[in-house]
This record gives sequence, C-alpha cells and structure tokens, in this order.
Amino acid sequence: MRIHHVRRLSQTYFLILFVFLCAVTRLGTEWTQIRAWPVNWFLQLNPLSAVGTALGTGTLFAGLLWGLVTLSATLLLGRFFCGWVCPFGTLQHVLGWLGMRRKSFSQRVAANAYHSAHRLKFIFLFMVFGMACGPLWTPDRWTSWSSAAKTLGLFTAAAALVLGTASQGNAESGKRPSRLEDGLTGAAVFLFGLTLARFPVAVGSLQTGLLDPIALLQRSLNQVLFPAFGLFQPEGLAGNRWTQGAWLLGAVFLAALGLNLVKPRFYCRYLCPAGALMHLVGRHSLWRMTRITDRCTDCKRCETVCDAACRPSMEILSGECTLCGNCLVVCPEKAITYCRAPLPAKAAAPGAVDLSRRQVLVALGAGLFAAPVIRLDGLSQHRFPPNVIRPPGSLAEPEFLRRCIKCGQCLRICPTNVLQPALWEAGLEGLWTPVLDFRAGTSGCQYQCVACSRICPTAAIRRLTVDEKHGTGAFADRGPVRLGAAFVDRNRCLPWAFGKPCIVCEENCPVSPKAIQTMETLDKLPMPPLRVTAREDNRWIVDGFRPVEHRAPLESLWLVKDFGNPSFQWPIRDWGDGWIEVSYTDPKGHGHAATIEKPEGAVFLAVKLKRPLVDHARCVGCGICEHECPVRGVPAIRVTPENETRHPERSLMARQPSGTF
Amino acid sequence: MEETKGPLPSLDSPVRRRFLGSALRYGLGLTALWTLGLSLSDWIGPTGAHDRSKSLSGPFDWSVPNAPKAVAVVTGSHRAACFAEAMKALGGMPRFIASGDRVFVKVNAAFASPPSLGATSHPELVEAVVRHCVDAGAAQVVVSDNPINDPASCFRLTGIADAVRRAGAKVWFPESRHFQPVTLPDGQYLHQWPSWTAPFLLADKVINLAPVKHHHRAGASMICKNWYGLLGGPRNLFHQHVHEVIGELAALFRPTLAVLDGITTMMTNGPTGGSLADLKETQTLIVSPDPVAADALGASLLNIDPHKLPYLQHAQRLGAGTLNLEAVAIHRATL
Repeated sequence: MRIHHVRRLSQTYFLILFVFLCAVTRLGTEWTQIRAWPVNWFLQLNPLSAVGTALGTGTLFAGLLWGLVTLSATLLLGRFFCGWVCPFGTLQHVLGWLGMRRKSFSQRVAANAYHSAHRLKFIFLFMVFGMACGPLWTPDRWTSWSSAAKTLGLFTAAAALVLGTASQGNAESGKRPSRLEDGLTGAAVFLFGLTLARFPVAVGSLQTGLLDPIALLQRSLNQVLFPAFGLFQPEGLAGNRWTQGAWLLGAVFLAALGLNLVKPRFYCRYLCPAGALMHLVGRHSLWRMTRITDRCTDCKRCETVCDAACRPSMEILSGECTLCGNCLVVCPEKAITYCRAPLPAKAAAPGAVDLSRRQVLVALGAGLFAAPVIRLDGLSQHRFPPNVIRPPGSLAEPEFLRRCIKCGQCLRICPTNVLQPALWEAGLEGLWTPVLDFRAGTSGCQYQCVACSRICPTAAIRRLTVDEKHGTGAFADRGPVRLGAAFVDRNRCLPWAFGKPCIVCEENCPVSPKAIQTMETLDKLPMPPLRVTAREDNRWIVDGFRPVEHRAPLESLWLVKDFGNPSFQWPIRDWGDGWIEVSYTDPKGHGHAATIEKPEGAVFLAVKLKRPLVDHARCVGCGICEHECPVRGVPAIRVTPENETRHPERSLMARQPSGTF
Repeated sequence: MEETKGPLPSLDSPVRRRFLGSALRYGLGLTALWTLGLSLSDWIGPTGAHDRSKSLSGPFDWSVPNAPKAVAVVTGSHRAACFAEAMKALGGMPRFIASGDRVFVKVNAAFASPPSLGATSHPELVEAVVRHCVDAGAAQVVVSDNPINDPASCFRLTGIADAVRRAGAKVWFPESRHFQPVTLPDGQYLHQWPSWTAPFLLADKVINLAPVKHHHRAGASMICKNWYGLLGGPRNLFHQHVHEVIGELAALFRPTLAVLDGITTMMTNGPTGGSLADLKETQTLIVSPDPVAADALGASLLNIDPHKLPYLQHAQRLGAGTLNLEAVAIHRATL
C-alpha cells in the first residue's frame, strides 16, 4: 500500500464520517439520531470559523478551538486538511479525476498548471476577514488590560498572516516593493479602520460562510440533497422538508462540483477561503514536499497528477500543495520527497502567494469598508424587516451577524422545519441565516424545544435551557425568551370578519395561562328582523322564515329580542321552514325565559362568538397559532418580530421584565 | 529524510543547529497560537444577562436645601419681566444657583414649530432664565432636550438655539452613544431605561422650563411631563401607562427650580397645537422649587382640577412635591 492509497482511505473515511454526522443530525435517541454525536466537528475543525468569529467577537466559542488543532497540524505538516480530511475537497478530487481520465498527457499538464487567478481565494479571504474585523477597533475592545491584550494579540496574528503573504511582490520579476510603502499602506488601513470605528455602523459581519467548504457541503446535503431524495430525514411528517431558496443552494452546489470538469479541484484552487487560510499557514510548514533537483529529469509526470496545481516539477508552491502524494507515487526517479524543509526558511522561499502585500491590504480595507456600507441599509436595526424572526436564543441582530456561519445546523436539527434559510429578507448579509417561516414547518417553534440553541457551533444562537426559554426557575425575573409577537388580523380572522366560530389559535397557544384569550360577543346577523307569531311547546312559529345556509353552526346561533338583556336571548336548538326551536333553559341558569310565552315585536338572529385577543405580556412568538390558523395564504394571526427579547427597543410593553435594558 | 542518514550530527553541526532553530521557531509559533486561542476561548458563550452595573440609579436630586416652600405666580405678558419678578418673590436667583455651578436647563423643545404656536418653551423665557443663571455666577449653562421631532430642526425653529446663544450658554443635541440606562429604585417602569444623561450628569443644578399645554393622553403637559424629554429608547410605549410613568419621572428627577410658562396656554389640540386658535393668553408665569405645586397651579389655567390629574397624585405619593396648595406660600404679583 502506497501513500496515495492511505490518503484515499483517509478521504473515504472522513467523507463517510461527514455524511454520517449529517445523517444523524436529527432529534432522537437511536444511534442513527443525534444522541451525543459530535455533529459540529467538521465545522469546528475548519479554522476559518475560529478566526472569523474571533475577529468579530474577540472570543472563541467552545469547540471552535478545534480549528487551532488544524492550524497547528498545518503549521507542522502542511495542508493535510484539504487533501486528507475535507469532505468537499474529496468530492472535488473525485470529480476532477473523472474529468481528467480521458485527457492526454499534455492536456493534463496544462490543466494542472498554476494560474494567477488562484489568488482569487485570498482576495475573498481577506475581504471577509476585513468585513469581520470591524469590532477590533471599537473602544469597548480596549477598555481593560486583558481585553486590550487579546485585541492586540488578534491584531498581531492578523498582521502575521498579512505580512507573511506575498512579501516578494511580483514573484516572476523578483522585484521587492519597498517596506516603507508597505508599512504606509498598512498604517493607512489601520487608520481607516480606526476612523470607521467611530461610526455606529462600524460593526463586524461574518461572511466566511458564503464559501466555507464545510458549511457549503453541510447545507447542500442537509437542505437540498437529503430532502430531495428523502434520505436520512426526521421521522414522521417533518420528514418532508421544504427549503426556501433550495434552487439557489442547489445551483451553487452543482456549480461548485461541475467546475471540476473545467479544472480539477476548481473550488479549492480558486475559491476556497479555508484553503487560502491554510495556505498562509501551510506554506511555512515544517514538513513539506520537496523536489530533489539532482534527481529530477523534468519528465513532468508529476504535473499530470497534481490536482492542487502546486508545480511539483518546479519550485513547489508548498502553500498550494494539499499533500495528495500523487507526485511521490508517479515520480520514476524518486525526485520528490516529503521531509523537513531541507534549507533554512529564507532560502527555501516557500512559493509566494501571487498577491502583493498591498493587494492584501486593499482587500482587507475593501472588506472593512464594505461591512458598514452594507449595514447602512439599517435592516439589522432600525428598519428591521417584519418577516425576519430568528430562532429562540438568537443574539441581537448585529451580534448574530458577527457569528452566524450559515452552516444550517439549526435548520437541520429543527424538529418541525419551521427554520428556513433566509434568502434576501434579512438583507445581503443574512443570506442563508436561519429565519422562522411559520407556513413552512409542521408546526411553529415547539414550546419545549431548545435544539437549535444547543447545536449552534458559534453561539449565534446562544445556549438555552427550557427553563430560560420559558422564563421559569432561575430565570423567572427575566421572563420568557420571545421571538416576536402575534397579531390578529381582524379583517381575515373567521370570528372577527366572517362571524364563524374558530379559535384554533387560542386552543393551540402553548403558553399557560394562554397568551391568546378570547372575548365573547353576540352579534346580529345581517338579516331582516323576524316576528314570532305563535308558540308550540319549544317551537316558535315564524312566518316566512327559512333556515340560513352557510352560517355559523346552530349551537352558536341565538334568537335575540334585546341585546342588552340576557333574559331576552335564547339559544337556538333547531329550525325549519317557518319555525325555530329555542332552549328555555339559559345555559347560565337564569331561566327567566321560560316564563315568557313568546316574544312580542321584532327578534333577531344572532351569533355568539369567541374572538381571539393576544396578550403580549405572555405571547412568546412561537408562531404555532400562525401555523395552525385555517386561513392559510396570509394567516389571520401572524407573528412579527415586535416585542422580541433580543431587541428591547422593539418592545411593546411599557413595563419591562427587570434587567431588560 | 536525507539528514537522518549518515553519522549522528555533532552538537554544533549545522544540522543540529538548524534543528534547534526550527524547533524553537515552530515551538514559539505554536505557543503563541495556543496562548492567544486559549485566552480567547469561551466555554459558556453569551448568556443573555444584561450588565446592570452600567445603570445609573436615581433619584437625581438637584433641589437646594432649605428651598422656600413657595410658588411665585406672576401675571403679565412680558416673560423676562415676569420671571425677574418671580425670582424676586422667591428670594433671588443666588438662592438657587451658586457661583461656579454648572446648570442644565431642561426646556421643552419637542416640536419643530415656531414659538408663536406655543408648543415649545418660549425663547424669550429661555433667554431670561439663562441670563439669570449666568448673572448668579453659573460656570456653565447647558440647554438641552431629546425632542420628538428632529432635534436640530426643533432647536432652530423654536428659536431656542438663537436665544441660548444670545444669552451665552450652549445647546446640546442628544447623541445616541451618550445615552445611558437609568433606574428609579422601586419604580415599576423606569428600570435601566436608556436616557439622555449627558447634560444632567454634569450638572450641579437643573431647571425645568416648560409651557402649559393641553395633552390628549395625559390631560396636561407641564413640568412633570417635560421630563419625558430625557428619555430615550422606545419611550412611546409609556403612553400605555402614561400617568404612572410621569409620576415616576417626577420622583426620579428633582429639579432645583420649575419654571412653568402660562403666559400663553395651549388649550386644545395638544401637545402639538399648530394653530393660534389652540392658544389662549393666560398671562401667568409660575415659578417654584416644587414641581408638583407648580403643575397644580398650571392645571387651573387649563381648567383642570389638579386632583383629577392622576400623575400629580402619583408624583405626590412618590414624594416629588405637594398638591396641597394650602401648605405652600403663594406669592402673587401683577405687572
């Protein structure tokens, strides 16, 4: 067994593990369900999530430390993650291999040639880091010695990455740009950040998730492939998963795979920001592929199998190298070896990134600028969109957008499928972040469920207990976690607008005491008054009367002589042409009606209804009412993000639970 | 791989030195990486708990000790003269403003409308009050409000900005990053409520200067209601319980002086007005260290029984002042 066999075994193992971990991400206690499987492990291994959230929040949430394990190993070994672990890389690898099968020797060499457009991934990486790092400059990151030290550490780490990039300027001409110029450009970016931080819109926005290979594969499997083919779905009706904007997710996934037929590992070479990050670390790796020039006959066989396009027949670009080991295997002269860098680092000159420092700084600066400009639209604060309802435990929108990596784990674990990937409703930044769509799921947000908050790998949805969600126990003084508030649309509600009994919403309200209360009313039906001419036992003879079709059921109908006096109101038991039978025993036991022979003068048909009212002090915005409302198109009761706890300024209540602001 | 073959390198051989060098470099790199990573690590994540330590706790009391239990009620039409007369009756401005004091004058600049419409504090009166403060030796006089309409437009159109400049004081516009939460202990509504604290935190003395206006929701808008203008956040929620909230505001903010302008009273269509037909020349200026007593007298200009204004009851119960006009000396004067 040679090294590429081992590598293929590793790739297969991790791909299967990845699919397995996606498959078991559903609620339940079987071994094929979530139990304690480390379903976020791949997301956490990817250092992109760690660096991105650290820049924006100054913290590394729990499992994100796995990213440091990857980075450390990359520093020693090179980009093993891309070639040996990354499941998306494996798919790229296989498809690239398929695409190359029938190609000639020279075509393969050409397809695997290094191209200057490989730098695109760095530009993307630095732009998203620029977008994420806005908060580094804000004053509250420098208020204490420890937080200042951490911020300084992040700055230093970022500077090390930036300065470690492309110091050689133009690699071909070997011309070195002046260090002074570099320094000035860097200082300009720093000052630029400092200036931006003065403004309220200077906030970080994490966009690594757009092209993060793990998040991309995760959401493509969980939200498109699995549901489309009915694989590994949750039990029961929730197994029919719907995904808003599945077409876009699917198209991106197909394109990312299909481009392998153009160039092998297209995504990894040109687009992958995680690969770019690991390139920056891996190019300094202790061990690396090295060509022994004395032995090399320049036969180019290695170039035909190098899908990372790292130029094994020349000076190897060790940052691009994914350690696939193909060159080791095919070289007839054993001219390539994997060893500790044989020369002092400087002389070894790890293949430069085809990007000058200044371009890097410009990309960073552009990202830094882009974040507040996008934020200017105000969607995350003042002009909040009325249809963006975030899962329970979500941080306030600006902080949420600093953490969410669009991996879709919350959507996958949601037992009801009420969580959907946002398309544009949460703004440009909010693409593929979770929002609740009460018409999509099998129910609204389940009252006893906190699954999404427990699974979120970056704590964009912070961890909740059921007690905290309900505002009970130790959280009694804070009140419940509210996603929004329900509003009755009286123009669409059956009892309010159509005179028919319903109150499905009230019955389904999970809060106790219920957040939806009802108001009992007795309303005249739009009909001419009736006259009772005679009485036969319980039956009153009403000349010319015809039973009314398509009205409320009989038990809701009353005959009323005086709307102000319950003694002159009789529940209808039955009716027919020319007669109406009423009950003489008032359900409330007043019983005066029995003494009345028959009502004189005009009587009216009326309907007794319970009409829903929402108590916003109790409503948690779970949307179960909206989901259950029989008016389906535009439901007659709808939840909007007013009153959500994560944004006290959207409150509807004068009296706040203590400690809200 | 190449180097491991052959004889063992000696201690100072280039190979050994290089090994030590790279071990050191990579060791340092990894140590730095993990030091930073572990120092940033957060095993709990955000908890959703709010930092209560940032909240400022009231009540904020700027009243002077031994202030006279008195109200000056001056009848006239010239605001500056009426104010001078009122201060004379109360013992003169130096009794309230000491030399070197920093004074905050909380005007009512709620609307971007001209002074003739009577919806805001009158610039002539603002100017007179500021001048009295300056003459009493105030080191700094700041005039501010967090109005309903656009702040810059409000101060410009009401003429207050010009008046303040003429009198040698400063107008402060509210700035969102200078709002801080304030709390009235034992209050039900004013809990960590974001407020425009910058002007009053720096002040030694605070003067509340408001016009008498009809108010559809609260009945009347005078001194106590004027504190609304220090609130930020979604303060419009408070209209659900407006009387209780105004009562709490009166308990939270205790002014040095209340200057209630009833020279012209907005009788209807308040608190915005908008027409001269809404106004009535009531020719009365009310000045008192007791804001509740001042409001009680102001209410009568609107033909309202002060005992039927619930917020005055709340304010009195919370100790903000007295509704019992028998207990205060009323100095009446006519110009």
